[in-house]
Amino acid sequence: MAVANNDLEKVIIQSVMEELAKKGLLSQKGKDHMMSAAMMDMPFVPNPQSEEMVTFPPQEEMQIDNPFNADAVRAMKKLTPARIGIGRAGTRPKTMSLLRFLADHAVAQDAVFLDVSDEFLQRMNLMAVQSSAGSKDEFLQRPELGRRLSEEAARKIAEKCEKNVQVQILIVDGLSSSAIEANIPDLLPALMQGLKSSGIKVGAPFFIKNGRVWVQDHVASIVNCDVVISLIGERPGLGTAESLSAYMIYRPDENTVEADRTVISNIHKGGIPPAEAGAHLTDVIKQILSAKASGVKLNQQK
Amino acid sequence: MILKAKVYNKIFAFQSLKEVMSKANEEKSGDELVGIAAKSASERVAAKLVLSNLTLEDIYNNPVIPYEEDEVTRAIYDGLNLRIYQEIKSWTVGYLREYILDHKTTGENLLHISRGLTSEMIAAVAKLMSTMDLVCGSKKIRVQSHCNTTLGIPGTLAFRCQPNHPTDSVEGMLASLKEGLAYGSGDAVIGINPVEDNVETVSRLLDTVKNFMVKWEIPTQNCVLAHVTTQMKAIEKGAPVDLVFQSIAGTQKANDAFGVSSAILDEAFALAQRKGSATGPNLMYFETGQGSEVSLDAHLGVDMMTLEARTYGFARGYRPFMTNNVSGFIGPETIYSGREVIRADLEDLFMGKLHGLPMGIAPCYTNHMKADQNDQEMGTLLCAMAGSNFFMGVPGGDDVMLSYQDTSYHDDASTREILGLRPLPEFEQWLEKMGILENGKLTERAGDPSIFDK
Ligand code: B12
Repeated sequence: MAVANNDLEKVIIQSVMEELAKKGLLSQKGKDHMMSAAMMDMPFVPNPQSEEMVTFPPQEEMQIDNPFNADAVRAMKKLTPARIGIGRAGTRPKTMSLLRFLADHAVAQDAVFLDVSDEFLQRMNLMAVQSSAGSKDEFLQRPELGRRLSEEAARKIAEKCEKNVQVQILIVDGLSSSAIEANIPDLLPALMQGLKSSGIKVGAPFFIKNGRVWVQDHVASIVNCDVVISLIGERPGLGTAESLSAYMIYRPDENTVEADRTVISNIHKGGIPPAEAGAHLTDVIKQILSAKASGVKLNQQK
Repeated sequence: MILKAKVYNKIFAFQSLKEVMSKANEEKSGDELVGIAAKSASERVAAKLVLSNLTLEDIYNNPVIPYEEDEVTRAIYDGLNLRIYQEIKSWTVGYLREYILDHKTTGENLLHISRGLTSEMIAAVAKLMSTMDLVCGSKKIRVQSHCNTTLGIPGTLAFRCQPNHPTDSVEGMLASLKEGLAYGSGDAVIGINPVEDNVETVSRLLDTVKNFMVKWEIPTQNCVLAHVTTQMKAIEKGAPVDLVFQSIAGTQKANDAFGVSSAILDEAFALAQRKGSATGPNLMYFETGQGSEVSLDAHLGVDMMTLEARTYGFARGYRPFMTNNVSGFIGPETIYSGREVIRADLEDLFMGKLHGLPMGIAPCYTNHMKADQNDQEMGTLLCAMAGSNFFMGVPGGDDVMLSYQDTSYHDDASTREILGLRPLPEFEQWLEKMGILENGKLTERAGDPSIFDK
């Protein structure tokens, strides 16, 4: 009924308009406009099969209205992942920038709760142990649990790991498992290779689930290594959830303070690329070994 | 000292001032984590009631961490004006709250008694204050400081432009800096967090920003937020440092973890005076925030808010140009939600100002917290109304290196326009000269970084 009605309406409007046009009272443009207004009353029938959808314009698109030098803005956008050249609506962001921000926030929030997959650990041939934090919620709310190995983990490490090595490498999920899966495949071989070709004795790397930075002290107390290095997921950002840090310390003990650690952060494809980081970390570890110190104490000696 | 209170038919007894202080706090996850938060809403009120009746002298006599054991406590007590303290020591905390809010009490009056208040007294009164109380109290106090330009002038609101880059790329950093300046952000300082904490990187960034400031005649100050010892080495090697930065905390143990002490800060301040590039006399930039002591297991059983006040007590001896509070930067273990961040920001702004510090706030959140952009924007507006001297300016609100969200260049311009606030005077003139700002409003040309690319 509605369709028939609408058709009827259309026919009436069309004939009226033709009359008006004949008398020179309506231009073609006006006619089109009125016709499309009439069409809008058509009931909307969604078509779930349609391929049409709304999505974000490409990130690199320059969003400034009437820029002074559009090419310069485009070039600047290539130099940084930061949200620049995004224009404005008054003093506020444009609609697409606002919505993209919300989307990136949603993705980053989810990233915190992902686990490193078993398949990945097998592929990388990594023994897996866990901190005392049993779940992600517990891990997030009780940092002290992520700083100690579970009893079972401590036992397993004591049993399986080589003792008195120079360097023990740990892969720790921390606040981002995506950082582990994205960087370890390139970073770990490069680092192992770098250390071994420098004649440094390295224990077999292994993985710690729900771990924080300080868990490396617990491991060092069991394996009795000179340097322990944790490749650990940083908190995920809006720009990337794949950023990894390397925290290193020389022979931690009960007097260790945070400033005794050396950290290299922002290892990811948009930061320090993982393969390059392997060589860089090798250099840093060599410095730590020869200075027998890390962190601020190491810098003081430089 | 009465440590017992009756709330209707229930009686609550507390063991120490320290316990009263922590239980009087509004809810925060960090206090709960440490196990020192009130167990119920009634217990919280009881603690506030006990606190309101304590005198400033009671608090003076019971520092939450003993003088002999902690250099932060020593800085607080050694820096106190005893004459002013003597005059007000019989006041109760409840009376102090009403004195602060009284119409007759001016900002000048508050800065005067400030010198006779220990950090714990300031924390105590803030624990009795609601959101609007904190805004009213904060708004009265204006603290000005001078490095190359003057921060904190009434009617102004300044911003740190924070053009961080994930590889310290100079060109990438400059791109974000230009965008920020084009929105009017950067009058407080152009401050970069370097990825690599070494003298070469730090010097390179300092030189680049300084040259840019000179070339475009930008009246502001530069700073690279590496560890203080790295900046000191850079100064020794001739790098131009206007402001020396350091993160600080409210216990000696936490400062040890940060690799700082009053001896190191004394040395840094002296070096900035002798070899720094700025006019001064204020040459230090501190960052603080509730929760760092908890996250480093260096809280000694003291609540986060009191520790934050102690941090300000430690800072004030160095007459900083700016003190920036970043509660909300760490994560849900210390500050769980947007609501907790907003509360912390207002507490910190008020406590910092009552210490006589030139305070700014970074209303911020991380992606593992229960907070979002709406919370962040509410916090920003409230703190601006409360008279924060400055905020941060981050491209699109997203720091691509530190991975957290903070006020954006857009928020900077918006906050000024909403509240009718102006940039610092010299910087406003510069913005007008550049055609970015006119009568306090962004022009058509604003927001376009390519105006610097002729
Ligand atoms: C959060 C954070 C902090 C928090 C730490 C609290 C916490 N629970 O994480 C606070 C605010 C306390 C902090 C302080 C400082 N930080 Co910080 N911090 C970060 C940040 C943004 C994220 C860290 C993260 O994701 N950790 C992962 C989780 C799993 O670790 P966690 O076990 O939960 O927490 C530990 C680490 O975060 C560690 N940590 C955090 N920062 C630093 C810095 C150093 C030098 C060390 C040794 C350890 C350390 O402390 C926590 C407790 O053990 C990084 C930036 C980044 N992209 O990674 C910068 C970063 C690591 N920090 C940095 C700096 C310089 C500092 C300060 C030295 C600043 C100063 N001048 O005082 C201080 C003091 C640090 C110390 N010695 O304790 C630099 C390090 C540069 C370098 N190569 O040395 C980074 C890379 C940021 C930057 N580029 O400026 N920081």
